[in-house]
Amino acid sequence: MESYEIPVLAVKGLRKQYGDGCSYCSGPKKEGLERNFCPQCGTVYACQDISFEVYEGEILGVVGESGSGKSTMMSCLYFDQEATDGEVYISGYEEGKSNILRQSRQQRRYIKNHLMGIVYQNPEKGLKMDFSAIGNIAEKLIAAGHRNVSAMETRGKALLQHVNIPLFRIKDIPRNFSGGMQQRVQIAKALSNNPPILLLDEVTTGLDLSVQANVLDLIKGLQRELGISIVVVSHDLAVIRMLADRTIVMLNGKVVEEGLTDQILEDPQHPYTQQLVHSLL
Amino acid sequence: MVIEGLSKSFSLHNLAINISAIENISMSVKKGEFIGITGRSGSGKSTIIKCINRTYLPQDGKIRYNSSRFGWIDIAEADEREMIYLRRREIGYVSQFLSIMPRTTARELVQQASIEMGYEKQQAAMAAEKLLRHFELEPRLWDSYPNTFSGGEKLRLNIARAMVKRPRLLLLDEPTASLDDASKVRVRELIQQLKEEGTTMLGIFHDIDFMQGLCDRKYNMQAGSFI
Repeated sequence: MESYEIPVLAVKGLRKQYGDGCSYCSGPKKEGLERNFCPQCGTVYACQDISFEVYEGEILGVVGESGSGKSTMMSCLYFDQEATDGEVYISGYEEGKSNILRQSRQQRRYIKNHLMGIVYQNPEKGLKMDFSAIGNIAEKLIAAGHRNVSAMETRGKALLQHVNIPLFRIKDIPRNFSGGMQQRVQIAKALSNNPPILLLDEVTTGLDLSVQANVLDLIKGLQRELGISIVVVSHDLAVIRMLADRTIVMLNGKVVEEGLTDQILEDPQHPYTQQLVHSLL
Repeated sequence: MVIEGLSKSFSLHNLAINISAIENISMSVKKGEFIGITGRSGSGKSTIIKCINRTYLPQDGKIRYNSSRFGWIDIAEADEREMIYLRRREIGYVSQFLSIMPRTTARELVQQASIEMGYEKQQAAMAAEKLLRHFELEPRLWDSYPNTFSGGEKLRLNIARAMVKRPRLLLLDEPTASLDDASKVRVRELIQQLKEEGTTMLGIFHDIDFMQGLCDRKYNMQAGSFI
């Protein structure tokens, strides 16, 4: 069998709630919730039983309105927030047999630094704005255990050139860069440790069309050339159509539909997905 | 491929209506056959083709397809991963519209399809050039973006992209609808040639004359059923 039969990333029953819950809302069905919010105790169920798999070289699209739990899911996967419950397996970590959410802090840092990269919508979250562009990349490389300065410099230059940052600007600080450039530095940083998994959270939102095109071409190229598995969160259906093979649709913290991207867009089943697709034109 | 009792309806939740597109369709396609489907617009021709490509999710019925990798598989219920594999390697789909990737040249488009099949870059580049030449696309167009092409050029590129994979099953959704007569003749020659090479094809055509002599068998549709 070919290698893509084993998922690179498998998420099972991921849950994240803000608040302790009460007898009214902690039942398994969560019927009394208003959207994802318990009217009795104020607990927010941001992610409820999210499960999906991503295979080698595949791009999985995640769509949903704001507040549907997309970013919460991403930050739980990258350990920015602690998931309340659930299991996540990565094929690159202990052959996909250990739930990475239950690892020690040290092990999680290892996973973050060696096996994953993330690009946030807001570059300020992913970059140190007052470190030079190349310094930002070195930071991630050092975290991943590199120590040879000249090797890191060569790698940093190559990465920044790959994302079209001109060489004469690599010592500048990202604060002085345009939004598109910041985003591309973030992508270079996320890629610096050759991660098998890349998480992209609304990377093109807020960029103008030509810059957006640049970033999208870059992502597509990465998937083709490096075979990275990518999770793309976006509320822009055009981005999803262009990038993703498969797509999941989220609403109020749950996955309401999943399927082939063209099927989701041309023959949506769930009322919310239909509304979303029909809003497009 | 055998289709048994295929039905598809679209339920639009916000309008609370249910539109039935095809009902209880059964047909079979043998290896190497060319099957034509005719019928007025709105009779459900494209729905069948799109169900086979799984762009539409069928409600009821089976689409049993004999895959070289999976053996007999029901497309209506196949796993998404299996479907992606089939689309990449075994099933080609050509519509009258070219679904273009923005900022991708004609050459890259065909080449990429070949790379998906698992060919090396260089082999893929050669295969792409050969097909572009074969489909008489002018070399000056090879490295430009397809959104500047004429309708006929786009269509030929579209077929080239599907053909570079040498699919076991080729689905043609009105590929000649917007073409002038000269282009139609060319597409017809291509189909003839594919048929001689043993490709199994299922096609929708408005133009009955066009199908004459090409099709092994013909189905005529009306209001979602064969007549």
